[in-house]
Amino acid sequence: MSFPAWSLPSGELGRIAIEHEWPERVDAEWAFGGSTGAGVRVCVLDSGIEGDHPLVGAVQQSFTVVPDGDGHAVVEDEGVDLCGHGTACAGVLRALAPDCSLHSVRVLGTGYTGSGDVLLSGLRWAVEQGFDVINMSLSTTKSKFSAVLHELADSAYFGRTVLVASAHNMPVESYPWRFSSVISVGSHDQDDPRLLYANPAPPVEFFARGVDVDVAWPGGSTLRCTGNSFATPHVSALCALVLAKHPQLTPFQVKSVLYLTSANVGGAS
Amino acid sequence: MTAAQAIFRAQAASIFLHDEETDELVFEAVAGQSSDALIGTRIPSSTGIAGWVLVTRQPLVLEDLGNDPRFARDVAERTGYVPSALMAVPLLHEERALGVLQVLDREQDERFTLAEMDLLGLFASQAAIALDLLRGARRAKAIVEGGAVDVALVAELAAALEGLEEERREAGLQLLRALVAVLAPPRP
Repeated sequence: MSFPAWSLPSGELGRIAIEHEWPERVDAEWAFGGSTGAGVRVCVLDSGIEGDHPLVGAVQQSFTVVPDGDGHAVVEDEGVDLCGHGTACAGVLRALAPDCSLHSVRVLGTGYTGSGDVLLSGLRWAVEQGFDVINMSLSTTKSKFSAVLHELADSAYFGRTVLVASAHNMPVESYPWRFSSVISVGSHDQDDPRLLYANPAPPVEFFARGVDVDVAWPGGSTLRCTGNSFATPHVSALCALVLAKHPQLTPFQVKSVLYLTSANVGGAS
Repeated sequence: MTAAQAIFRAQAASIFLHDEETDELVFEAVAGQSSDALIGTRIPSSTGIAGWVLVTRQPLVLEDLGNDPRFARDVAERTGYVPSALMAVPLLHEERALGVLQVLDREQDERFTLAEMDLLGLFASQAAIALDLLRGARRAKAIVEGGAVDVALVAELAAALEGLEEERREAGLQLLRALVAVLAPPRP
């Protein structure tokens, strides 16, 4: 008997056995209560992370994207962050998920300003590494990159890498935050770093703290900043907390847990 | 610039343009309590607040700058004015980041609001369109000034065409269209 492609004969139900531990009700306590993010690998795709910043602590690995023939290569570099954006995001992550491991891939401020190719090369590499969470507090407005970004976002989604992407703060088309395979983040203006709202009217799916956030700033200092860039690592950190407790969850399930624990859905404790 | 300063009731406002050839930010225009003397100053495109905004293409709002002398110096060196708060927004036009608009010390006791971020974004979109027009006009001016001989040649050609009878004039125009197609093929 022949089956269509991608089918499931009843005799093979064993191969789709899924271990599950869903409680009767998913709440914040079940989702991330007591979690510190231990064992979860978080990649910050950004402008680099300043090494040994007091609010960031240890950075497991630092990489940068460099030209290589006709394309780009990803090589190790020292913890450098010329503009401070990646360091700020890393500080937010570290504050909420103190025991996650941080990995930096520098795609901004590499001397090729605005090069979508560098961004794509860095993201492709990060997806191939199988990080648990990739924080992308950035986007590209170049529509020619949207198809490739879409493929990369889907690869991450099916490869169990949660891609958390910042919505643009301005009324422009940009990517990849508009894709449904990522978790997209905008800002709310309340002080609680764990407070999350689910948006019933996407493309922005969640709102997290993004106004007047005290963030790490190069030179070991801090600065009070506003922007979706800082809301995004709050959500990445929550994903890390969830995955540390429930490592078997897929990006789809992690997103569902975020939804169920959002304040306007009634799951937050 | 003055409009940006007025809308946000700010002490100063400034614009940096991105020079794509040198990958630098050029201090282009200023309004309010800043120094005109800094116009033309160049900084690497990915450093400082303006660099942050340019490379991330995201607006940035900073408060309580007075607590960070290192930072205040950073901004002051770029604007000639030491602010205690700052809003910076990229000037995006058709997939390109043309530069960065900064609004310093708006008159506001309360916290920055998300509505202000929206307003700043809308204003920046308008400013980007204006800037793109300005850049286009500058390019056209440079072409005319830099290529006076060529322009004279084109003028001569136009005068010659004008003097022709209708039939020959049409033939001449066809020839010119063919020349344009060869010299400047349409973009794919």
